[in-house]
Amino acid sequence: MTSLRVFFIGGLTSYRALFYWLTPWVYVPSLLVAPIFQILLFAYIGRSAGLESDEFYVIGNALQYAAIPCVFAMGFAIGGERYQKTLGSILVSPARRLPLFLGRAVPVMLNGAFVAAFSLAVGGFLLGVDLPASALAPLALVVLVCAISCTGLGLINGALGLRVRENAVLANIMFGLLLIFTGANVPLDQLPGWMRAISEVVPLTHGIEAARLLADGASLGSVDHLIGQELLVGFAYGLVGYGLLRFLEWQSRVHATLETA
Amino acid sequence: MKAAARLLALGWVFHLKMLSRSAFDGLLGVMWPLFFATVAFFMFRAGGGQQTLLYASLGAAVMGIWSMTSTSAGSALQRERWHGTLEVLVAAPANFALVLLPLTIAMSTIGIYCLVATLLWGRLVFGIELELVHPLLFAISVPAAVLSIGAFGFLLAVSFVRYRFAWALGNLFEYPVWLICGFLVPLSLLPSWVQPISWLLAPTWGVRAIRESALGGSPLPDVLICLALGVSYVLAGVLVLDTVLRAARAKASLSLT
Repeated sequence: MTSLRVFFIGGLTSYRALFYWLTPWVYVPSLLVAPIFQILLFAYIGRSAGLESDEFYVIGNALQYAAIPCVFAMGFAIGGERYQKTLGSILVSPARRLPLFLGRAVPVMLNGAFVAAFSLAVGGFLLGVDLPASALAPLALVVLVCAISCTGLGLINGALGLRVRENAVLANIMFGLLLIFTGANVPLDQLPGWMRAISEVVPLTHGIEAARLLADGASLGSVDHLIGQELLVGFAYGLVGYGLLRFLEWQSRVHATLETA
Repeated sequence: MKAAARLLALGWVFHLKMLSRSAFDGLLGVMWPLFFATVAFFMFRAGGGQQTLLYASLGAAVMGIWSMTSTSAGSALQRERWHGTLEVLVAAPANFALVLLPLTIAMSTIGIYCLVATLLWGRLVFGIELELVHPLLFAISVPAAVLSIGAFGFLLAVSFVRYRFAWALGNLFEYPVWLICGFLVPLSLLPSWVQPISWLLAPTWGVRAIRESALGGSPLPDVLICLALGVSYVLAGVLVLDTVLRAARAKASLSLT
């Protein structure tokens, strides 16, 4: 029961307290307007380069932008404890670590999914991309799965926040790498072999591919393997992130480095 | 006049050193445009459009100058507030504009790292050869673009002084300016109503000057327009700054926003 309370109530409270982008003054420009301009930027570059349709860039960038709320928020939700001077208190508390840290991931996922869905809807509207009505529910599922896998990556960012001071720099680098490797803007078959190999194991690649197929009329059943792969990648990153959290917590006790990063 | 020039020069060197040592403004500032340049290079290489990789390389190189300026300039005054130095700087006998302007120009100067890094990245990874048609004019175009973009940053910095989360607005301007100033997309592809807006933005003329000096053309008019816009941004910024500071003194709100 206590673990459930820590998971749900503690997770939501920590998220609201530590993810300060929730104020409309940051949320609107950074999480609602910026992704629309990212979509427009790449759609127009795509037109200039004569590469792919607007739909390709709307879907790719809308889903890829889920990385911003997920990776940054997980960094703030864990690393932010240090700046509030509460990290030590949290880590000496008897609360179980799994609900303590994963509880914070739930609102992160939901917000990431909302940002991606909003970007998809508004970006599609502005560029006149028609998505079939039958694809909307499966697309919503893919958006949620993408947010889950990005949150897994965010957990790694949050864990590194126990040791690294420049969490925001790290989050930006993760976002930039996802921009290149996920096929959000460049068809995967145009990437060199070694980059394609990496793209298979980063969040979003399979989700973006599934969303594009759904938008082209594919059924949910025909993309379930892609959704499964995306979930698997997300869980793998989440597992690594959680392991890293425990390891760095242990390291910080051994080396007394909790407050020195 | 001599004292003002000295303040500008020393302020520029001082802020350049500080920014160079910041992981966010230095390291990330150089890496960030490389991510976008890489994507753009792949897109232009894979696509069947008319634009060359060199066209994209030059545009992507200037993107870095703007990126460095937009995000950092948005929060320039907020940062002074956090450091507890804003009141001291405003109360100093020197005009505050002379204190702030070298900061935003230092930000855009860091963008030269991005420019060089992007051109080198294009050369080493994508094999994009850069042979300058007018090397001397190229050497004039780059500082003209840097100065005018820095001046634009100054105008942004003073305009956002009452906005607590100014960095978010600065961030917000990054993509739109990349898009409408023709860094990677020819202006002719954009809706016609966008073009008058892009003509008012110095980065439009800066990137044109750099491209024309590199690829061939007559960049001097672009350089002159770019510099003229830069001067007008500074004048507008000084007016806004005076108004904002007067209001802040009257309402005792300098450190409260």
